[in-house]
Amino acid sequence: MSLLKGKVWTFGHDIDTDAIIPARYLNTSDPAELARHCMEDADPDFPRKVTPGDIIVAGKNFGCGSSREHAPLAIKEAGVACVIAESFARIFYRNAINIGLPILESPEASAFLKENDQVEINLAKGEIVELSRGRKFTAVPFPPFMQEIMAAGGLINFVKRKANLKDSSK
Amino acid sequence: MGQTMAEKILARAAGKKRLSPGELINARIDMALGNDITAPVAIREFKKIGVSRVFDRERIALIPDHFAPNKDIQSAEQVDVMRSFVREQGIVHFYEVGRMGVEHALLPELGLVLPGEVIIGADSHTCTYGALGAFATGVGSTDLAAAMATGELWFKVPQTIRINFKGRLAPWIGGKDLVLFTIGRLGVDGARYCALEFGGPVIGELPMDGRLTISNMAIEAGAKAGLIPPDKITEEYLKGRARRPYEIIRGDEDASVFQEYEWDVSDLEPQVSLPPSPANARPVSEVAGIRLDQVVIGSCTNGRIDDLRVAARILKGRKVHPHVRLIVIPATQAVYLQALREGLLEIFIEAEAAVSTPTCGPCLGGHMGILAGEETALATTNRNFVGRMGHTTSKIYLAGPAVAAASAIAGCIVHPDEIKGVD
Repeated sequence: MSLLKGKVWTFGHDIDTDAIIPARYLNTSDPAELARHCMEDADPDFPRKVTPGDIIVAGKNFGCGSSREHAPLAIKEAGVACVIAESFARIFYRNAINIGLPILESPEASAFLKENDQVEINLAKGEIVELSRGRKFTAVPFPPFMQEIMAAGGLINFVKRKANLKDSSK
Repeated sequence: MGQTMAEKILARAAGKKRLSPGELINARIDMALGNDITAPVAIREFKKIGVSRVFDRERIALIPDHFAPNKDIQSAEQVDVMRSFVREQGIVHFYEVGRMGVEHALLPELGLVLPGEVIIGADSHTCTYGALGAFATGVGSTDLAAAMATGELWFKVPQTIRINFKGRLAPWIGGKDLVLFTIGRLGVDGARYCALEFGGPVIGELPMDGRLTISNMAIEAGAKAGLIPPDKITEEYLKGRARRPYEIIRGDEDASVFQEYEWDVSDLEPQVSLPPSPANARPVSEVAGIRLDQVVIGSCTNGRIDDLRVAARILKGRKVHPHVRLIVIPATQAVYLQALREGLLEIFIEAEAAVSTPTCGPCLGGHMGILAGEETALATTNRNFVGRMGHTTSKIYLAGPAVAAASAIAGCIVHPDEIKGVD
């Protein structure tokens, strides 16, 4: 996993999946269409402002509410390179790992980082560096099992590999 | 040291003797669920895995309920993706318009979710089946795809928060008031990653419809599951309904739990959650008088027959306030038919309510009752987030069916006792 570098967009606590991708757009699962409405009900201008490589920084319980995988999908397709939060809601956390959207849990970084900050992220090490002030944060590490899923590029590839292993052992 | 209900159910499904919180396990799935929003994504991901058949065509339920009856061409196309997959795979439990209901009302009613089972659904309110003693939890579409392919899924064994309700409920108080009160106490992430387990004498006397309401909203406190240990009410409900043999699993008395609360709810007033969070629960007296444009009675939370009976008792012989639109949505066809036979639909229509075919509809701002800017609704649904039922400047208050029916008549939020002369 390489080094990510991007600009910070900040959001508050308990950002729910209805804010990330409102249900009125869920009559499609086309990632490009979902990305056009990413974070719309939290910040209507976000889909126009966000540029590839940008970083979302949020408070506690990011992605609470509905199980819609369209939420991390919209964020990923909008070009957001990583979401840093104080904490994540359980289903969003699973979904992000499963689809390969990088997420990092760091209460310290979440509290420190401001809008428009430039950060550099080393995903493998879980390191977040704020570039102008030089502050460094280390995110809560992922259990090895989840690292395996992430290294495989998401749950589908992980399962695919296991399914193939089973087939070849027959 | 004993084990909690969640630990025991997961241990059985993982083929282990015992489990501890924090362990990562692979568990066998007894039922996997998807709807018209989440299943199309799951089907797309399933096809990437490269297995030709689903793990068990009788253990997958696909229910088009969110935008059904299809609200537009795109929604129709999404259900078509489901339909093709169902035919190709021979999936047994696919229920379309005319046979369908809101998924979390329909599956228990059909006896497809049972005590001791592990159930996943690509819908956050899958936790509803905890009321039947199943470990049921919401996941995403990719998880559903993996489960459909392998019949297994990974879980982190959760800690348990036990909640005991004691006392005697006042008139008009039901499952919704208990769960809104609970979420108010815990906060929207107070039970994050935990299993909630509800018990105590009040739960022991609560009918199944009220229990399903409580477990349904466990997710609104961030919980992974909302468990109620099975008892005679559970067994009575499952008699003649259960489609498979099942094993009742309860926790051990001496199991260690993360937190335990005991609340005497004898003085509990009907609860109302203020926008934009289910955790903003208040006694109805504190919010009385707020003017309403729309009232919705329905959803996987409160669209069952007991809910409609409560609403009909209050609405009987009365009219909905001229400024208010009341929309009543029976959650399933069976609920609809039962309400028809009991004369409830007549009461609603004479009260000048709109009665709809089963759908999730307005609950998630899909269709059938979307709010304009600055409008205010009170709903028996489960979420009052910004924009949930329509325009981002609209507001949603959450409550049970008694407050909903009474408020629809009054034109503003009121305690059900304000409607005089109810039988």
